[in-house]
Amino acid sequence: MRGLRLVLVPALVMGALLLAGGRAVAQKLPEGNSCIECHQGIGDPRVTPPAEKFPQDIHLAKGILCQDCHGGDPTNFDPQGSMSRAKGFIGKPGHQAIPQLCGRCHSDAAYMKRFNPTIRVDQVQEYFTSVHGKRLRAGDQKVATCISCHDVHKIRAIKDQQAWTYPVKVVETCGRCHGDAKYMQGTKIATDVVDKYKQSVHYEALTRKGDLSAPTCNVCHGNHGATPPGVDSVANVCGTCHSLTAEFFNQSPHKKAFAAMGLVPCVTCHNNHDVMKPNDTLVGTDEKAVCVNCHDPASAGYQKAAAIRASLDELRGAVQRATAILERAEHAGMEVSQPKFELRGAWDALLKTRATVHQFDPAPIQKLSEEGVQIAGKTYEKGVKAMDDLRFRHRGLWVSVGIILVALAGLVLKIREIDQRGG
Amino acid sequence: METAASSRRGFVNILMGGGFTAMAAWMLYPVVRFLIPPKSGEPTIASVTVPWKPAELKINSGRIFKFGSQPGILVKTPAGELRAFAATCTHLNCTVQYREEKQDIWCACHNGIYDLNGKNVSGPPPRPLETYKVNVKAEQVIVSKGA
Amino acid sequence: MRMGGVPRSVAELLRFANAWVEERIDLSGARELIRHKVVPVHRHTIWYYFGGMTLFLFIIQVMTGILLLLYYRPSAEEAFESVQFIVTEVEFGWLIRSIHSWSGNLLVATMMIHLFSVYFTRAYRKPRELTWVSGMCLFGIFLFFGFSGYLLPWNELAYFATKVGTDVTGQVPLVGHLIARILRGGEDVTGATLSRFYGFHVAILPLLTTAILGLHLFLVQKQGMSVPPEIERSGRPIRTMPFVPHFLLRDLVGWLSALAVLGALAAYFPWELGVKADPFAPAPAGIRPEWYFMYMFQTLKYIPAKIGPIDGELVGVLGFGVGGLFLLLVPFLDRKTARGEKSPLFFWIGVGIVTYIIVLSVLGYVAPGGN
Repeated sequence: MRGLRLVLVPALVMGALLLAGGRAVAQKLPEGNSCIECHQGIGDPRVTPPAEKFPQDIHLAKGILCQDCHGGDPTNFDPQGSMSRAKGFIGKPGHQAIPQLCGRCHSDAAYMKRFNPTIRVDQVQEYFTSVHGKRLRAGDQKVATCISCHDVHKIRAIKDQQAWTYPVKVVETCGRCHGDAKYMQGTKIATDVVDKYKQSVHYEALTRKGDLSAPTCNVCHGNHGATPPGVDSVANVCGTCHSLTAEFFNQSPHKKAFAAMGLVPCVTCHNNHDVMKPNDTLVGTDEKAVCVNCHDPASAGYQKAAAIRASLDELRGAVQRATAILERAEHAGMEVSQPKFELRGAWDALLKTRATVHQFDPAPIQKLSEEGVQIAGKTYEKGVKAMDDLRFRHRGLWVSVGIILVALAGLVLKIREIDQRGG
Repeated sequence: METAASSRRGFVNILMGGGFTAMAAWMLYPVVRFLIPPKSGEPTIASVTVPWKPAELKINSGRIFKFGSQPGILVKTPAGELRAFAATCTHLNCTVQYREEKQDIWCACHNGIYDLNGKNVSGPPPRPLETYKVNVKAEQVIVSKGA
Repeated sequence: MRMGGVPRSVAELLRFANAWVEERIDLSGARELIRHKVVPVHRHTIWYYFGGMTLFLFIIQVMTGILLLLYYRPSAEEAFESVQFIVTEVEFGWLIRSIHSWSGNLLVATMMIHLFSVYFTRAYRKPRELTWVSGMCLFGIFLFFGFSGYLLPWNELAYFATKVGTDVTGQVPLVGHLIARILRGGEDVTGATLSRFYGFHVAILPLLTTAILGLHLFLVQKQGMSVPPEIERSGRPIRTMPFVPHFLLRDLVGWLSALAVLGALAAYFPWELGVKADPFAPAPAGIRPEWYFMYMFQTLKYIPAKIGPIDGELVGVLGFGVGGLFLLLVPFLDRKTARGEKSPLFFWIGVGIVTYIIVLSVLGYVAPGGN
């Protein structure tokens, strides 16, 4: 029995810990605090939620309790005494008051450094530069404040995967307002952005491929200083990650031309929220291409677009052909690891041409394409040789069958002979 | 005196004997070739001997070698240590290269940068490069999977 | 015989070698046996060739198998790669490997034809009961040869087929779990299973085969070929042909043809390599055993999950057990044939078994529903 307990107790503890892991570790609510005791024990669903949520809150974990934000006297169990204005009780803060309330601590460098020496303390200041902050000051009751994005009474650490601000959850958080057409009525802000973003290659990278560095709302729009990027700054935003492409674009004639025409770089061809995986068909002169939106058939740009597309198609075709024959040969059991290795150079060239497209100059693209086509051509030849070897095997077989048939013929004749002879 | 029958019998014997001998030779040939070990010696999935001697590798340099059907990169760090990684960029599979001037590993396709531990430090690559084990035996450098 | 002098033709060489041996070992007994061995000639003579064909294919298996094991590596980490190496890097490796795989299948087919032809011609009756029993043992051994060999390339299909197959053996009452553990070398199919199956395939089963096949062949030589009862009963004189050279040359025709067929199969239908087994990946769709287990596999699919209080799979396994036992003991059960009478019951049972095997095997390939 003793032995059983020796095993059971740690097992139960482990079980409990395992259950709790994955969520914010639920803290135990302190005793002797009148706010918690009443709001927990009173049984009225209008007042119990804060106490029910609070065990998950990071503030509780740091020892910061109800009175530290809301004021009042937690040692007094009399409602008049505990929630008295004289003791600093502010009740449920109004919408406008929230940033200042949070900022009382979160903008106080000396205070915050006690908990985390590297934490930023300019969030409130940044907030008031944002559209949300400006509109709040103007009296808008519907814009986001701290608690709209960080939740309230159940505020999780930013590294917590359940936090409303965890990268994978950001679109859900922003989407609570920005995806709700009814809520956003009266503003001129589009509400299809959430749906559009969810179709994008960035969303796929974030959710399906688990790449947490993939952009979500706050990466392009900012966190606390959330503002849509201006027309002249979008390229900078995209260029933070797509640096090479941005560099190519900025060297190209399109930079000046777009600026002159008031066209937004990157977004004009690739969209902003529903950025899809690009295809070679985006470039060129057929109907799916974006070039013909501006360039008419007589223009130099039209010719260049056609030339660029031709280079891309040629290279892609060569690489696909070589890949196909090598796969066939490999499938038939031939050894083609060397040509497959060499073909990678052609795939590399293909990827590079697609980035180089943003220079909008056929010459460098043609050069890359030629290099790639050459490599693909050589490996294609090796694939052909492998298939020839396969045919050699087949021919060898027929020779074997021929020899066997000769032996068989001899056998059959011999059988006939001895049958006749001996009977 | 050869009768028609005996000459036909002779022909049949030759046909049969010749056929069997040809068969035997034709079948012995593949068996003998099979027994002779191929140049590559053994399956190269788990480990590979790179085609350079340790002395040939310069400090602060990197070279691409073939590991199975994938590229690998062998780096001699500025401190003189030999390291090897899979040379397939974790972004979109381009082949990476060593940059002497920056002392890092770089992917030319979209400007992805890895440090000399293979860790992705800048640009689009979402994951570090796979690390290989490097062993130096006499005049050979052997790279194997499973660091 | 010539003394001294160099033999000047193949025939002379053979005569010289013969004489040399005769001076040292008295082979007259064996010679007489071979010289006088005759094979009955009647309308069922064609079935006599299938035993020898099975033996020929077995010899092919041994030879190609020995060549393969010079390069094969029986560990979960290296097995697949070593087979890939054989097929792509070793000269004619593709040929040896494909012949080994195809010949194994052809062997089971000819063995089944041999089994059923012996059954229907009642060759199992006295005095050949022991030949039959040893033959049934060989049947089981060769099925296990096939089962163990199938796993060795360690590809996805083989891994999961082995999982399912060993699961079924686990259904045998009482000792099933123990048998499954012994087969698998553990609770699951792992690298331990591979090592074990390799040991079975290249050492244990060949040893058993040598012993039992030796007995089987000795008995056949000693007792000669059986003649179907109705031909015996007819009273007509039975024509015969000498084993050497008449029957043997005909045997050779069959064997050479089989060789040509194997070469063609290896060149035009090379055995697939598949993709390396990943024990943690979910089972792919369409796992199935080799064709010679298909009828059992399909039967188990059709049996409902529970028959009364008993597990459906258990009923299936017991059914196969009973079937196998019936076949094993048929010489002792077929009383009418033992008495020299016609035995239509056993004829129809045989027809039933063959039909069942064919129908269920075909269904296994064409039936809809997850295959």
